[in-house]
Amino acid sequence: MDAESIRARVADACRAGRPLRIVGGLSKSFMGRSSVGEALDVSAHAGFVEHDPSELVVTVRGGTLVTEVNRRLAGHGQMLAFEPPRFGASSTVGGMVAAGLSGPRRPWAGSVRDSLLGVTCVTGRGERLRFGGRVMKNVAGYDVSRLMAGAMGTLGVILEASFKLWPLPRAERTRVFEMNQHEALGFAASLGRAPTPVSGCCHHSGRLYVRLSGTEPGVEAGLDAIGGDDLDDDEEFWASIRDQRHAFFNTFDEPLWRVSLPPATPVLDARGETLVDWGGAQRWYRRVADPEALRRLANRVGGSVCLFRHGDRDAEVNEPLAPVLFRIHKNLKEAFDPRGILNRGRLYKDL
Amino acid sequence: MDRAAVRELMRTVLDDAHVLSAPEQLHPYECDGLSAYKRLPLAVVLPGTIEEVRAVVGLCNEHGIPIVARGAGTGLSGGALPCEHGILLGMSRFNRILEVDPDNRVAVVQPGVRNLAVSEAAARHGLYYAPDPSSQIACSIGGNVAENAGGVHCLKYGLTVHNVLKLKVVTVTGDLVEIGGGGLDAPGYDLLALMTGSEGMLGIVVEVTVRLLPRPARACALLASFDDVRTAGDAVAAIISQGIVPAGLEMMDNPAIRATEAFANSGYPVDAAAILICELDGVEAEVAAQVGQVKEILGASGAVEVRVSRDESERLRFWSGRKNAFPAVGRIAVDYYCIDGTIPRRELGGVLKRIDELSGQYGLKVVNVFHAGDGNLHPLILYDAGNPGEFERTEALGARILEACIEAGGTITGEHGVGVEKIDQMCALFTDSELEQFHRVKAAFDPRGLLNPGKAVPTLARCAEFNAMHVHRGRVPFPDLERF
Repeated sequence: MDAESIRARVADACRAGRPLRIVGGLSKSFMGRSSVGEALDVSAHAGFVEHDPSELVVTVRGGTLVTEVNRRLAGHGQMLAFEPPRFGASSTVGGMVAAGLSGPRRPWAGSVRDSLLGVTCVTGRGERLRFGGRVMKNVAGYDVSRLMAGAMGTLGVILEASFKLWPLPRAERTRVFEMNQHEALGFAASLGRAPTPVSGCCHHSGRLYVRLSGTEPGVEAGLDAIGGDDLDDDEEFWASIRDQRHAFFNTFDEPLWRVSLPPATPVLDARGETLVDWGGAQRWYRRVADPEALRRLANRVGGSVCLFRHGDRDAEVNEPLAPVLFRIHKNLKEAFDPRGILNRGRLYKDL
Repeated sequence: MDRAAVRELMRTVLDDAHVLSAPEQLHPYECDGLSAYKRLPLAVVLPGTIEEVRAVVGLCNEHGIPIVARGAGTGLSGGALPCEHGILLGMSRFNRILEVDPDNRVAVVQPGVRNLAVSEAAARHGLYYAPDPSSQIACSIGGNVAENAGGVHCLKYGLTVHNVLKLKVVTVTGDLVEIGGGGLDAPGYDLLALMTGSEGMLGIVVEVTVRLLPRPARACALLASFDDVRTAGDAVAAIISQGIVPAGLEMMDNPAIRATEAFANSGYPVDAAAILICELDGVEAEVAAQVGQVKEILGASGAVEVRVSRDESERLRFWSGRKNAFPAVGRIAVDYYCIDGTIPRRELGGVLKRIDELSGQYGLKVVNVFHAGDGNLHPLILYDAGNPGEFERTEALGARILEACIEAGGTITGEHGVGVEKIDQMCALFTDSELEQFHRVKAAFDPRGLLNPGKAVPTLARCAEFNAMHVHRGRVPFPDLERF
């Protein structure tokens, strides 16, 4: 489907007040709340619009496969710095932006929205609009492109997106340390204070995994400084964390909780199994006995909790927002999608 | 509401000493860093607590009084230009660093804290705050958030938007909201991104949590000279194509080299057509290896001379000219006007050529400094405001340069903001539907348009008028008439 057909479909739906469910690769359909509406499949709106390696910028259509983007960029020694998770080969760029998920490299290399330079989208009014651009720095107008990241398609259908790119690291190595979660969080904090080229820091089941990336001499010096044992097959390990193929994430149909915290927050006194990523800033929980207690612990330090997979998808799954903040959310939703036709209720019940 | 009434109203919630309304008290606030635009507000209010900000904003909301927030007043686009029918909300008393947390690598600061003061406070932990706009000794963090300020290190370390984790914001209704959070990702829409760079149009920032980074173990700068500007531009592309992301990558043309050398004695080659300053940072071994690589690339790209800083003092000397480019130009010209366009780097040669042509056409000299790494151009137009009509000619030339940036696939402002200065060029950059969407975003926060009215996003009526005149490309009808 071309951009104009997508726009026309949305415009029709807007006139009729008919809700639409935006569909890309369906690899993240487990995320967010369940949503109603006719499927608007945008996966065919795919392909590269522009990639000039020396500009460190790529512009792609929303339906383009993330794996295809990665492959093409790798051919030029480049990558999307935020290491986008792929929960299946069908994962698309539009879904990647809408879900706003970033992989293990996120604390050091930034998130999806950090790399996002511009978008072309169709709003719920059926208007095709372009925000941001294809340049590194741009403060003309409100940053609507970044607002689209993580909005779960509730504000617009992403037709095209431009990203800042990063060179693929020349060297990448992982070291393993036997330590408990408490020790691991302390170690991670000390690593963060030093200029070590860390690009991954994950703890699970008594082992801390630290990945270093960069130039050959930079990584060598970092390895000497941190110690630990080499991890073979580290590429597969980090991919399994990124794409949630690691055994920890094999939850069958039990709820999986994602907790976002200041990284040095001490071990949360919550019963359940944990996998710590992002040097402590993202912690995954399963078999949580008391989710509300987990939320209280996270809120106390300014953190938040999201029911990432499974559980009741008709209830709220994201952290509740303060009333004034939620009113702003409602106003924004109305500004982009006055009839509430795009992915209605996917992010929050009343959005 | 008249001046006396507004004064009395504000004095119901603030000490008399923090409500300024006598003309001699108002004049220091009549403009920001773009002094070509001046206006007096009805009153200047200087709250000292969040509760006072809430009370002031609540009163303004109740009485429909416009509010313009101001940080250090160093902005270059007139974003903090007062509104005649409103108050100017000065945030200078919010000048405390509330917390430096080395384990979580954050600092919690009030918006009036100076940019450089954050890095100074973090230094004892080996940490620093990365965005470093040239005005960093004076500009405030609140203003940095409002403009999404950049600096010379943003290719590698990002802009303000990449380095802020949480904001406390007073909404137009006087409510206090927290945007962002303690973690890296916060629930809901990314209002943090929306607030950053919103030029005080969506809310009043009253507290900022910024991310701190470990200070690199070593930094080294290379100074390369070229006998042709385009060759220097190609060298920039060559470095980046090799997978190297320098901490800083700056370019200056010959007039800029001459002006800064006379001012700062940095040892720049005054006969070069252009110089590049390339900074590399990291651990010792890494920097050493990359310096070798970049030196080779520069040589292969046609640099006539490449110098490598031997120590910290030489590195700082390489930077001293660039960092002082604005005051240096201030010495050779009575006035200067700074442009802030951003372009894809590959267009550099063409755009510089176009600037040169326009400069000749308008009879005004232009000096170019350039954040080459991220494509952000700062042409400085030299003029004398004392010569009748010269400022108007300068603005017209500035507008033509920005249009050249748009034509090259770029944008009208990389880091200074739209403010009042570039509001007409917004009409050329965005369609009516896009501008309307911006107005709707604004209304989601501020339905009556009380926060910084008339800035950043033009009305459609204004664009219609601008586009009608624009047909004549630089030759507006009735040039003696005051515009807008």
